Amino acid sequence: MKLPRALDFLQNPERFMTVSRWLAPTLGVLAAALILPALWLTLTAPGDYQQGSTVVLLPIHVAAAWMSMFVYACLGGACFLALVFRQVLADAAAKAAAPLGAVFTALTLIIGSLWGRPMWGTWWVWDARITSVLILFLLYLSYLALRAAIEDETKASRMASILAMVGLVNLPIIHFSVVWWNSLHQGSSTFGADDGDSLPTVYLVPLLLMVLGFMAAFGSLWLVRIRGEVWRRRARAAALRAAGA
Amino acid sequence: MSAFSALLRREFSLAFGRGGGPLLALAFYACVTSLAPLAAGRAPETLAAVAPGLAWLALALASLLSLERLFERDYEDGALDLLALGPIPLELTCATKCLAQWLATGAPLALAAPIAAIALGAPVSLAPLTVLAALIGGLSFAFLGGLGASLSLGSRRGGMLVAVIVLPLFTPPVIFGAGALWAFGEGLPWASGLLLLGGYTAAAVALAPIGMAAACRNALS
Repeated sequence: MKLPRALDFLQNPERFMTVSRWLAPTLGVLAAALILPALWLTLTAPGDYQQGSTVVLLPIHVAAAWMSMFVYACLGGACFLALVFRQVLADAAAKAAAPLGAVFTALTLIIGSLWGRPMWGTWWVWDARITSVLILFLLYLSYLALRAAIEDETKASRMASILAMVGLVNLPIIHFSVVWWNSLHQGSSTFGADDGDSLPTVYLVPLLLMVLGFMAAFGSLWLVRIRGEVWRRRARAAALRAAGA
Repeated sequence: MSAFSALLRREFSLAFGRGGGPLLALAFYACVTSLAPLAAGRAPETLAAVAPGLAWLALALASLLSLERLFERDYEDGALDLLALGPIPLELTCATKCLAQWLATGAPLALAAPIAAIALGAPVSLAPLTVLAALIGGLSFAFLGGLGASLSLGSRRGGMLVAVIVLPLFTPPVIFGAGALWAFGEGLPWASGLLLLGGYTAAAVALAPIGMAAACRNALS
């Protein structure tokens, strides 16, 4: 696959290492610069007339929920590139993305549960959205489990890539299959909501800042983890060379 | 076509030879079903409310049973190499394995499903729909299970791994099938659940062999 020169670092490990060396910390600083004001705005926002102070949890919850799906899309895309075009960096990227996605998904579930206790009066319900996020979490876990269970690294990565792409096809189906149930979880109040349901600006601004901050944080951590993976492979290759010499 | 029928016969007799074939799966199904009232409470009215769902859940679990050996044995003794070299495309070989798995365990389980549901307290009128849903759902369980089995080729903890891979993918058929049975029991329109189940199964039958063949080629490479 031929990429334009500016994007060449996505498939050339050498160029990737030079670009990610400054891109990863830059994104990290950007993440802090977005998340800290978002937290400050959330904490100082007036309490909702129904939800009181628990509304503070929502920007984190919603941002993490979006990230959990976004990261799975990244994982699926990376697996596709690794499987079809045999891109070494894409494989490292898939390996690096999966635990991060699992963490975002777990964060969504935990924060949502903490919010649900005072607001709904229950930690957990078997509702459509909650269940589909839980299954997304299980998909991440099965990817990680499969990857860990096969000793041969190349084979493990291809098997796991196939699984991730199967999961990608299944994700919308799983989502709509659980929507079939009646649900307690409220619908979306950000895009396409009725006027009465839409989010007021005091909450919308911190939410958007939080989402952008999470994006930047994910980008930074992802790059750092891919760098670690590249280093690990180089170290292994060097050890093999040394053993052979 | 003769190669295909020979392969189907081989897989079918292997499925029967593999630890008792349908008998083991049926015994497992009976065990899970009889544990259900002990765990969920034996009051008839509580049990009857969840009977179709429990029968359906036990079906999903029972179809996991012999998956581990579906590809593993052929992989270990080299038969999978020969099958990959043979005249039949590997995709069709994998699909045949799953089809034989379904004929050997899925179909007998589908016939046992209404007995389990009725024993747990479901109305007798539910029996035909239970068989139909279990036949369709069992086909998707077999193909998704085959996908999980082929993906875990070459790993050490085969059985548990297959379950972890496959159970999230079982979610839609479990919801659609149990939903159709529940709706029928409540006197609501139930056809949409069955149609969705059929659609999911059709997609699984069409797409899973591609993934299985890719996984087998990778394991053999």
